[in-house]
Amino acid sequence: MQPAAEFRDSDLALAIAERIRRRVVTARLMEFCGSHTAAILKYGIRQLLPQGVEMLSGPGCPVCVTDQADIDRAVALAQIPGIILCTFGDMLKVPGTYSTLQEARAEGADVRTVYSTLDALEIAVSNPERPVVFLGVGFETTAPTIATSIVQAKSEGIKNYSVFSLAKMCPPVMEALLAGGEIRIDGIICPGHVSAVIGSKPYEFIPRDYGIACVVAGFEPVDILQAVDMLLGQLEIEKPQVEIAYGRSVSHEGNIRAQELLAEVFEMRPARWRGVGEVSNSGYAIRADYAGFDAEKRFEIKSGPAREPAGCRCGDVLRGVITPVSCPLFGKACVPERPVGPCMVSGEGACASYYSFGGVDGK
Amino acid sequence: MENKILMAHGSGGKLTHELINRCFAGRFKNQWLARLDDAAVIDSCGRMAFTTDSYVVTPLIFPGGDIGKLAVCGTVNDLAVSGAVPQFLSLAFIIEEGFPVADLEKIVDSVAMAAGEAGVHVVTGDTKVVQRGKADGLFINTAGIGHILDGIDVSGANVKPGDAVILSGTVGDHGMAIMAQREGLRFSGDIFSDCAPLNELTADILKVCSETRCMRDPTRGGVATTLNEIAGQSKVGMLIDDGAVPVRPSVRATCELLGLDPLYIANEGKLLAFVPAEKADAVLETMHRHRYGGDAAIIGRVTDEHPGRVVLRTRLGTSRILVMLSGDILPRIC
Repeated sequence: MQPAAEFRDSDLALAIAERIRRRVVTARLMEFCGSHTAAILKYGIRQLLPQGVEMLSGPGCPVCVTDQADIDRAVALAQIPGIILCTFGDMLKVPGTYSTLQEARAEGADVRTVYSTLDALEIAVSNPERPVVFLGVGFETTAPTIATSIVQAKSEGIKNYSVFSLAKMCPPVMEALLAGGEIRIDGIICPGHVSAVIGSKPYEFIPRDYGIACVVAGFEPVDILQAVDMLLGQLEIEKPQVEIAYGRSVSHEGNIRAQELLAEVFEMRPARWRGVGEVSNSGYAIRADYAGFDAEKRFEIKSGPAREPAGCRCGDVLRGVITPVSCPLFGKACVPERPVGPCMVSGEGACASYYSFGGVDGK
Repeated sequence: MENKILMAHGSGGKLTHELINRCFAGRFKNQWLARLDDAAVIDSCGRMAFTTDSYVVTPLIFPGGDIGKLAVCGTVNDLAVSGAVPQFLSLAFIIEEGFPVADLEKIVDSVAMAAGEAGVHVVTGDTKVVQRGKADGLFINTAGIGHILDGIDVSGANVKPGDAVILSGTVGDHGMAIMAQREGLRFSGDIFSDCAPLNELTADILKVCSETRCMRDPTRGGVATTLNEIAGQSKVGMLIDDGAVPVRPSVRATCELLGLDPLYIANEGKLLAFVPAEKADAVLETMHRHRYGGDAAIIGRVTDEHPGRVVLRTRLGTSRILVMLSGDILPRIC
């Protein structure tokens, strides 16, 4: 199995890069998704772009955008005696106001790393006497797997399983960023995996209301360069629209079955995003029909007042206002071994990507 | 004898002797161990290399090896890449109460087999038993010594600009074999640990190139971390060609799935050799003839630019810094 080999073909990638260099527009583009940021740095794609084409990183990292107060609540939940908290590994090291989950674990909390919600369900089945909570951090990509676990827990009567849902939806935060008017961009590389679920339709307001070009892209060099080329093409003829450069995974309508599952289990509520604040209709809340599987309803989660780490500029990084290297803590006080903010923790965090895959000049 | 290890097997008394006789003594027949004194008495001459290591891998038995083979190969390789001819090993077993004796025998068998292949003698050892829950099955601590041939001086501090960087084969096999086994990844059936003794390979390299500057086995932290260690020690830069690094397709695919980079995944049967550029082809040819060097490749060169840093040239011709591993990708891999 050679994953997506043709999309990593260097000749093809370089040919597209050449086409991009021949284009006559200048543009500021944002890659929304943290996995795109990582790929762009890992393959040194910026070095292939002409000077007039700038790439900014966006807020598309679910760990990074989790609000400080929610991190604190996750830690508080883990500290409730008897609870087994299951989480994806990235969350362990995110500094909360008082502690990380990793520190809580060292002090005796039962925090377990899982790779999927099904692992968490299995833990619930094998520990029937203890409450097992899955820390549901993620976007539209992860939300269906959370929904599946809840539906399965209900149908199989796994009563000790619940989810602390911090899952979020991307298009509303895009709207909040653009409406804020703080960043000036001409085009957006829209998330690939998220769009596989929701389709390309939800981005249509972006060209319509803001005149900004949109292309949904995959994560290989050819995918990303293709998306940049298509964005520049739209800008050249001044006809911004939503296009898909990731046809092997994404359709206009998205995955209807996954969308139905989301609608069955979740309803939308306002959610707080780090760096952005409260965004209406952007949080997946567990519906009343499944209240028994909602950790927020089952447990009283008490945490102290939240404070962001001093000097941390993750919020500005997430809004695309600064690049990671502009943060005074970057690479000095804040490194992957001892992260100050979440963007240095997650594999999808812009700071971690810049740190791990930066160019020789540190950019 | 019992089928499970009891606390009394660690008492130093009768059961300990039974355990040693049943599981250990017969498997390591050599004049030094046969004396069964408190220490092995060995003759030494000239410069010696001396190393120690502990093994806590989980699971104990994995595709391509087990903790016993790993303990021997890991210790032998540390000596071999130091330019030594590995000679003697010590092995100390810390065993959890209740551990199946049959599994212990299997593991000691593979210790004996690996030691036989590497041509080293296990000349002293120890067993301790701890209560159930105080160790995860079995831990092994080793020490190894070997003598260094005249005229050989390999060290991480000896690398010079212009040297060629040679990698002995595919990367990431050991780490991904453990990971796949632990996570129950069913599709990864053809990933095996590369765990192997490299002392013959290092001897062959030194035979054709006694000026070899440095050899090192990229275990925890993978090739990326080892390159950074040496760039720092020798105060040189390195330019590595991503496309030249051999990676098995199955390892690459599994890494992709788990979001890992093969350059950071542990190896247990690979080495990096830094040799003068004019000797690179001869060394490579020698490595290709060896069973553990068939996929060897020149993956880059040492530069005088950006000392202490390793730069990776991507397949697209762009470049980026290759940093040292930070944090822990996978605990208890060896």
